[in-house]
Amino acid sequence: MSQLLLDVKNLTMRFGGLVAVNGVSLEVKDKEIVSVIGPNGAGKTTVFNCLSGFYIPTEGSVMLRGEQIAGLKDYQISRKGLVRTFQHVRLFAKMTVIENMLVAQHRHLNTGLLSGLLKTPDYKRKESEAMDRAAYWLKEVGLLEFANREAGNLSYGQQRRLEIARCMVTQPELLMLDEPAAGLNPNETKELDELIIKLRDEHEISILLIEHDMGLVMGISDRIYVIAQGTPLANGLPEEVKNHPDVIKAYLGEE
Amino acid sequence: MTQSKFYNAIFAAGITFILACLMIGVKLNTEGTTLTVEGATAAQWGWIIGGITVVFFSQLFSNQIDSAFGKLPKPAVSQLVPQSLKSEAMKPWLLAGVIVIMLIWPFMASRGAVDLATLTLIYIMLGLGLNIVVGLAGLLDLGFVAFYAVGAYTYALLSLYFGLSFWICLPLSAALAALFGFLLGFPVLRLRGDYLAIVTLGFGEIIRILLNNWTAVTGGPNGISGIAKPTLFGLEFTRKAKTEGAETFHAFFDISYSSSYKVIFLYLIAVVLVIFLIYLINRLIRMPIGRAWEALREDEIACRSLGLNRTAIKLSAFTIGASTAGFAGCFFAARQGFISPESFIFIESAIILAIVVLGGMGSQVGVILAAIVMTILPELAREFAEYRMLLFGLLMVVMMRWRPEGLLPMKRPQLELNKQ
Repeated sequence: MSQLLLDVKNLTMRFGGLVAVNGVSLEVKDKEIVSVIGPNGAGKTTVFNCLSGFYIPTEGSVMLRGEQIAGLKDYQISRKGLVRTFQHVRLFAKMTVIENMLVAQHRHLNTGLLSGLLKTPDYKRKESEAMDRAAYWLKEVGLLEFANREAGNLSYGQQRRLEIARCMVTQPELLMLDEPAAGLNPNETKELDELIIKLRDEHEISILLIEHDMGLVMGISDRIYVIAQGTPLANGLPEEVKNHPDVIKAYLGEE
Repeated sequence: MTQSKFYNAIFAAGITFILACLMIGVKLNTEGTTLTVEGATAAQWGWIIGGITVVFFSQLFSNQIDSAFGKLPKPAVSQLVPQSLKSEAMKPWLLAGVIVIMLIWPFMASRGAVDLATLTLIYIMLGLGLNIVVGLAGLLDLGFVAFYAVGAYTYALLSLYFGLSFWICLPLSAALAALFGFLLGFPVLRLRGDYLAIVTLGFGEIIRILLNNWTAVTGGPNGISGIAKPTLFGLEFTRKAKTEGAETFHAFFDISYSSSYKVIFLYLIAVVLVIFLIYLINRLIRMPIGRAWEALREDEIACRSLGLNRTAIKLSAFTIGASTAGFAGCFFAARQGFISPESFIFIESAIILAIVVLGGMGSQVGVILAAIVMTILPELAREFAEYRMLLFGLLMVVMMRWRPEGLLPMKRPQLELNKQ
């Protein structure tokens, strides 16, 4: 059946005396949408920061395709095919949409100084390939007509989609989205929903999602992990999690 | 609102009064060994009171004045150029025209004008270099003059001790300045904004003080004089050949000696260097590395999450920017024939930074334009003598109030997509 892509075991992150994440384990298989939910301040984003190398976890192992990535630098991890977005839009606002897409492909380009200065055939070919890939993904998220616009001038929903396109153009295996639906209107959320499913079904990548929009989470997730106060609370299929007594307690409080 | 405006105006008028009294109202005279304080004349007091009144009312009605100014059309520098010249097809012709004019012009202009133009070209080189660091990579560098000094002293010392020629030292100066840029880059990798500015400011001072105190090698405050001038394939521009067996330019071409040949020759070297740098940096901006610099300025965290190595990107910006300054420094030393730490004080860094900000961060044409303005204006304002720096400051204030984005803000390159 499907292979194990990401295998996190006993992930713990301490800041001084504060335990932000305590013994979280999670698995993501190929072509799977997995969500992480939990009340505010539960440590979801800290988990993301640990996985993507922005923090070095205090304990635990993070295996990507059987390779230990805990402790690697952030840019090394993203080069291994694990790319993330952020809770707040982080675009290169004063650069154009297409430039945003080209920056993301930095490591796929010919970055040799001389070949660029002399415009060697290899350099030109790689630039043109990068442009094609950028155009392809802009078309996928419906932003092709805005290619030469400044990214900061796009509408909020468009900026969110550009962020996903910018991640996808790096050709990741696992896309981690941190609250992608935050601030979107119902229509835009529905489009996002369709886009995420399309990424899994047609582009065969896995997606790890943090989200507060329960409609979105329950609708598209293959499996869900619940975290509360840094500690894993429950996990399973959406139906199981929805009716789990501990989860209800964590979200609604007791009686 | 009116009340606070009134207090504001009173306060501003008070400040003006105090400043005016101290600077114009009283005068110290020495009589023998004693100092006597002398009051201003009635006419001067009239001017002071007039000035205070102007400040008071302009503060009181600042809103109205601002809104009146807001209605004025903003001068758009980009619209001064006719539309027909802006089309892509015209660009190579326009460029060729500018280059030809730059090459022919010195033969008709006066010696002083050519010399001033050469100085302008040096500032253009420096501006282009700092533009990479500040304008593109967004790293505020207040000690840029250090690399300029490294470049200048590299040539001066190599020429003095080893007799190396200008043309050999030019790449060496750039390389050594690049090395210094690289070394400075390491400790400041984690710094941004104000903190970075302070460290680079300190670095600039360290280099200057080092040059000032390392008397045995650099000559200290006395500087180094008699630095060899550049030669044209071994032809010297002096009246008599300085080195044994060398020929002079005028003797070789069998024309009468004129000192303006040397000035024009230096100018032409500067033109070639500037064109070379513009081409080089223009390519870099459009390459992955140039885009990475800008991305780093926009959002460092997003860069990291996309697999960009910020260490490499920052260091490359520092290194390439510094090597440009080294280039300019080498040429500066050759042109002056004399250098001392005096030439590399903080105000130089400030002027170069002003060129970049005034021109429009990241914009190459803007930087060139600003460098021209910043070197030619002080020359024109020579009559005002001690008020020169005051006018200079006023220009800055007006510019930042009126056109904070700079003379010619950077235009985003429009890329052609090959649509399937």
